[in-house]
Amino acid sequence: MKKSMKKLLSLTMAVALAASLTACGSGKTSETTAASGESTEAAKASGEGSFKIGGIGPITGSTAIYGQAVMRGAELAIDEINASGGIGGTQIEYNFQDDENDTEKAVNAYNTLKDWGMQMLVGTVTSAPCIAVGAESSNDNIFQLTPSGSAVDCAKFENQFRVCFSDPNQGAASAQYIGENKLATKVAIIYDSSDVYSSGIHDKFFSEAANQGIEIVSDEAFTADNNTNFSVQLQKAQDSGAELVFLPIYYSQAALILAQAKQMGYEPQFFGCDGLDGLLTVENFDTALAENVMLLTPFAADAKDELTQKFVTTFKERYGETPNQFAADGYDAVYAIKAAAEKAGLTADMDASAICDALKTAMTEISVNGLTGENMKWSENGEPDKAPKAVKIVNGVYTAM
Amino acid sequence: MSFISYFINGLSLGSVYAIIALGYTMVYGIAKMLNFAHGDVIMIGGYVVFTVVSTMGLGPVAGILLAVILCTVLGVVIEGVAYRPLRMASPLAVLITAIGVSYLLQNIALLVFGSNPKSFTSVVTIPALKLSQGKLTISGETIVTIVSCVIIMIGLTMFIKKTRAGQAMLAVSEDKGAAQLMGINVDGTIALTFAIGSALAAVAGALLCSAYPTLTPYTGSMPGIKAFVAAVFGGIGSIPGALIGGLLLGVIENLSKAYISSQLSDAIVFAVLIVVLLVKPTGILGKKINEKV
Repeated sequence: MKKSMKKLLSLTMAVALAASLTACGSGKTSETTAASGESTEAAKASGEGSFKIGGIGPITGSTAIYGQAVMRGAELAIDEINASGGIGGTQIEYNFQDDENDTEKAVNAYNTLKDWGMQMLVGTVTSAPCIAVGAESSNDNIFQLTPSGSAVDCAKFENQFRVCFSDPNQGAASAQYIGENKLATKVAIIYDSSDVYSSGIHDKFFSEAANQGIEIVSDEAFTADNNTNFSVQLQKAQDSGAELVFLPIYYSQAALILAQAKQMGYEPQFFGCDGLDGLLTVENFDTALAENVMLLTPFAADAKDELTQKFVTTFKERYGETPNQFAADGYDAVYAIKAAAEKAGLTADMDASAICDALKTAMTEISVNGLTGENMKWSENGEPDKAPKAVKIVNGVYTAM
Repeated sequence: MSFISYFINGLSLGSVYAIIALGYTMVYGIAKMLNFAHGDVIMIGGYVVFTVVSTMGLGPVAGILLAVILCTVLGVVIEGVAYRPLRMASPLAVLITAIGVSYLLQNIALLVFGSNPKSFTSVVTIPALKLSQGKLTISGETIVTIVSCVIIMIGLTMFIKKTRAGQAMLAVSEDKGAAQLMGINVDGTIALTFAIGSALAAVAGALLCSAYPTLTPYTGSMPGIKAFVAAVFGGIGSIPGALIGGLLLGVIENLSKAYISSQLSDAIVFAVLIVVLLVKPTGILGKKINEKV
């Protein structure tokens, strides 16, 4: 019995550690569900075939909210384009594959789409799968435009472009905005060191802060496995006398930080990036906690311009919810492809590699008025040129500043 | 002043671990098995309170009561379906079925509630306590969590020492076969153990989600694993050990975040498990029992 007791304890230790490792991959399931998005195949004008655009992103698992939004935004754009005649008279077919924010599944999804005959890829939605797929798409020379992959390497190869800002770009822009508008001289940072998005913004913000006369008085991190208890990080920010807390993180953790800051009676100015979009839509979140929060975001559903209002109205009618910036990025990605395809004079019978070569050039020549930016242009390194908007949350809505 | 704040927050976190660790330690002490699904019962408790309070609009007390009842039933069902048939099987089989139940609960919650995090409305209505001219604020959640832990520990200790059912639990933990010979319903006693452990998990879920107001299908997994570390630390099978282990672990985690690195605190917490198993496998209050042949 003593022997089996030791055996049990050693098994216990092994299983506990294995379970700990398993918990790190909490978004994974054993099933590979290839859920196809709605394949819009309207009648083919002139019967000359159609453009095949693929989409990859997580529509199940813990990051499903992002993939769902991009898929829907892109669907909306494609349906609009098809209804008004398509790209140069040619209709678009759309096929979306689930990657569950997992690199291996993303590559599987990519191969599935290749078999389908994909000519252009809108994806992937999140950064790590985007980097993995980029290695494949660059080998195949298939055009890849990520709506929302913000890591630097998401636009590493010459066939890769992005609609959203890169992480360093947001970090620098945030520091510049805080410095130029003299919001604070003592700043604390709370970021997720296990996340490529959060770390990328943090590193650039940290280095740019020195140029802006901003003193970083507290710099604290958390990880994906310990992202609910922020009492220590907030306590350190408070003790350091920070006037502003920079939060280059996603909205679900930000909601927690705001709640816990209130619990401990700490009321600094909170400032975030586009990951904070969605904060007001957290189910059951008390929006009073978000009062005065500022963020740089490319898209605000409350904006008054005609294009945004039309998009928001149509999206609500079709999907029953307010679109977030990921939906807007997906929408803009499709319109960017349309503009580039028309600029290059693409036809549906061209193979993917020829299309890619043509689009590489055309993307640097187009200018798109989209939801996430006016007069968006792209350079040949795949980066967009557009201005971020700063908004403040007042009475539960974004207010331009 | 910062140290006191970190320490008190550590006690609060440790109290949650202690309440959860009770479930592990009771089940191990009495049934000699490890219920790795325990952490996910916490998550179910959180979702029940969320649904009752935020969706149905009832009060926090109703939410907690319903969560306790439902989790108690769930605990008994889990024991009956997944563990009882394996009573005589090898410990490895029981471990595997426990992990299976854990994933089952997570994925059911994922299907029913989705992956989006919910913001949990606190069940605590006590205002924060401000000391030293407002420099030290102790939230109501912290106070209620620590007080709940103390009450539960006292109540459970008295239950085990002063009631027939509690004595039956002690007897079964001592020698299952002999207890059966003495007329004790061993199956019923084990089911009662699961019922109590799961009820406590529901309370822990409500307290955990009130202090850190987010709720996802994975909310219970990491606290559950850490509570297991606490149970081993304090001496698995020992109820006072669960309290000591939980509190110490919570304080260790918070202080390591504050003074070592907020990123290494998890590594430190799990290192505690390794050190304990190497140095004193029975834990702080565990006792080495020489098995008679």
